[in-house]
Amino acid sequence: MFRKLTLTAVTTLAMATAPAIAAEVETEIEDYAFSFEGPFGSFDQMQLQRGLQVYTEICSACHGLELVAFRNLHDEGGPGLPEDQMRAYAEFYEVFDQSLFDGEGDFRPATPADKFPSSSLSNAPDLSLMAKARAGFHGPAGTGINQLVKGMGGAEYIASLMTGYHEEPECAADANMDGQYNVAFAAGGFPASCIDEHGHHMVPGSWISMSQPLYGDDVEYADGHSTDLEHVAQDVAAFLMWTAEPKMMARKQAGLTGVLFLTVLTVLLYLTNKRLWAPHKKKH
Amino acid sequence: MGGIPHDHYEPNTNGEKWLHKRLPIVGLLYDTLMIPTPKNLNWMWIWGIVLVFTLVLQIATGVVLVMHYIPHVDMAFSSVEHIMRDVNGGHMIRYFHMNGASLFFVAVYAHMFRSLYYGSYKAPREVTWIIGMLMYLIMMGTAFMGYVLPWGQMSFHGTAVITGLFGAIPFVGDSVQTWLLGASAVGQPALNRFFSLHYLLPFVLLGLTIVHVWAFHTTGNNNPTGVEVRRTSKEDAQKDTLPFWPYFVIKDLFALAIILAVFMAVVGFMPNYLGHPDNYIPANALVTPSHIVPEWYFLPFYAILRAFTADVWVVQIVNFLSFGIIDAKFFGVLAMFGAIAVMALAPWLDTSTVRSGRYRPMFKWWFWLLVVDFIVLMWVGARPAEFPYDWISLIASAYWFAYFLVILPLLGVIEKPLTPPATIEEDFNAHYAPKDGGAAAVNPAE
Repeated sequence: MFRKLTLTAVTTLAMATAPAIAAEVETEIEDYAFSFEGPFGSFDQMQLQRGLQVYTEICSACHGLELVAFRNLHDEGGPGLPEDQMRAYAEFYEVFDQSLFDGEGDFRPATPADKFPSSSLSNAPDLSLMAKARAGFHGPAGTGINQLVKGMGGAEYIASLMTGYHEEPECAADANMDGQYNVAFAAGGFPASCIDEHGHHMVPGSWISMSQPLYGDDVEYADGHSTDLEHVAQDVAAFLMWTAEPKMMARKQAGLTGVLFLTVLTVLLYLTNKRLWAPHKKKH
Repeated sequence: MGGIPHDHYEPNTNGEKWLHKRLPIVGLLYDTLMIPTPKNLNWMWIWGIVLVFTLVLQIATGVVLVMHYIPHVDMAFSSVEHIMRDVNGGHMIRYFHMNGASLFFVAVYAHMFRSLYYGSYKAPREVTWIIGMLMYLIMMGTAFMGYVLPWGQMSFHGTAVITGLFGAIPFVGDSVQTWLLGASAVGQPALNRFFSLHYLLPFVLLGLTIVHVWAFHTTGNNNPTGVEVRRTSKEDAQKDTLPFWPYFVIKDLFALAIILAVFMAVVGFMPNYLGHPDNYIPANALVTPSHIVPEWYFLPFYAILRAFTADVWVVQIVNFLSFGIIDAKFFGVLAMFGAIAVMALAPWLDTSTVRSGRYRPMFKWWFWLLVVDFIVLMWVGARPAEFPYDWISLIASAYWFAYFLVILPLLGVIEKPLTPPATIEEDFNAHYAPKDGGAAAVNPAE
């Protein structure tokens, strides 16, 4: 399901070259088919583990996951690392512990109760909730149909952002833009030379300050899964969906149980109601 | 109650008699539960129970959430995530509470439009209507303050926008805004007081619910015909009514079960669909979201707020006549509150002698146009304030006011209503005529 979709995000662009103007920014988000979509969809445990690997080897150089604890990697419905692997993974990180050295604090290896470190760069946002914070393409025309019908959310956005780095368009050749051109990114800088006389953007996306993180073959998977750009991007997007919504499996299970229970209750109440009213409705 | 003749509670056992002499509470509950209810009530009369259920749901889930929530600007966001990740079942409780707000407003809008269609607001039920409008205002305040508590980007900047409305009041605006926020800007004092009020107001709603029910139990329920229950004798009254328990309790519970099944599907499968993704970004005063949008249930009135810009001639005339005191911003605020005020005045603006819209051939069209208008306002409220949305919102806002201020008063004069059935019994029997009878007059409206 690799349909190209053109989505619209509204953003106010503050640019060095022009006063702040409000403009409709077109972005290209691909409707990837993730295993966790729909009421019965669930996380692919192997994909989450691959995504964790991509996060560890690449993203974590700049970004953090400060809401996620190492013990969560062992939780049901997540990457499901065996406990010894999870502990070994945690020890791989060093955390600062204020209680050591009589309150002066010192670094020590992380334990399962510790959280992932925060972002190490001030302009690299924490990724814990990114998949939920970037689900905002409520199109078309603000009706929310894309989200409802296609199940599109932040995971699609993240994967599209990873694969959205393109050659600079011709109109920006002389603009000397900071950052790199990305067709999925809406909130970045945009050169005045790519805006036509009606104020419309001639090309989708904008310029993002994060340099392209994935090119394909960036990691080596133990399970032999393909490491081309599309696959690696989807793996890390799925992993970040899990970090944003770690209880998704439990939630869908509860939803299903609840709907089934309430359906049975509805049938029983329907029959009760029908029987109760019958003598009054058939008097004549 | 309601002047409708019916059997009252009689204490039978010695124990009941002993208590009844000292505190007639069983009698009060009995009479409340056994109130004679028009037997022709249709499925639009279920929303009251849904609303009571939702209020209890919100209080119950809210009390649990408060056990884990920390109202501090540095910890509010992460404490909500702590609930979502570490508290047992916390993610479900929080999603119930979050989507419960939406269920609350779905039900309240259905309840209000039902009243508008069947003329439930008309004499002698004006007090019920006014209390209802008061509850609606408190609901909106409660929902808004609840949305602030997770202290995300939309919480923070939404607060700045909404309290900024009060800042638009001439002369005293800035002082009022500072007084509301407890500081010159949104911060810790605002979060603390919103938390306090968000906990308090639901209990005020609970109290008003009792008064609301008391009021319509005094006048008796309205019904789809708008015809009053016969009060001439107990026998006549019994032909028009059935006791609330068990007939309407079971009927309402059946409807509630269907609604909850849908609600459960939303909570289980798409709990963030109705929310705004920016609220999963921690509040940051230095970064303003590109597009500040209120929750869906505020959008119709938000659209009215934004519709009256400085280039609208009405605004310019008012601005001129008030010597510039009422500028476009303050005009928008007045329009938004005015939109609710004209609705509250509906009992006195509606001049028709016929209560139910079912027997008003012209009214029907205007009413359904108002429903469409409301949906259009909701949609346009989430769109950017630019062409053509600015025009759509202006026209839709104008119709909202025209409906209450012009159409309702005029219709009563120019419309020739149909004749409602003489009794509720007649309507009920026409609806449930035997199949071989054939000539059943089915309700024209439904």
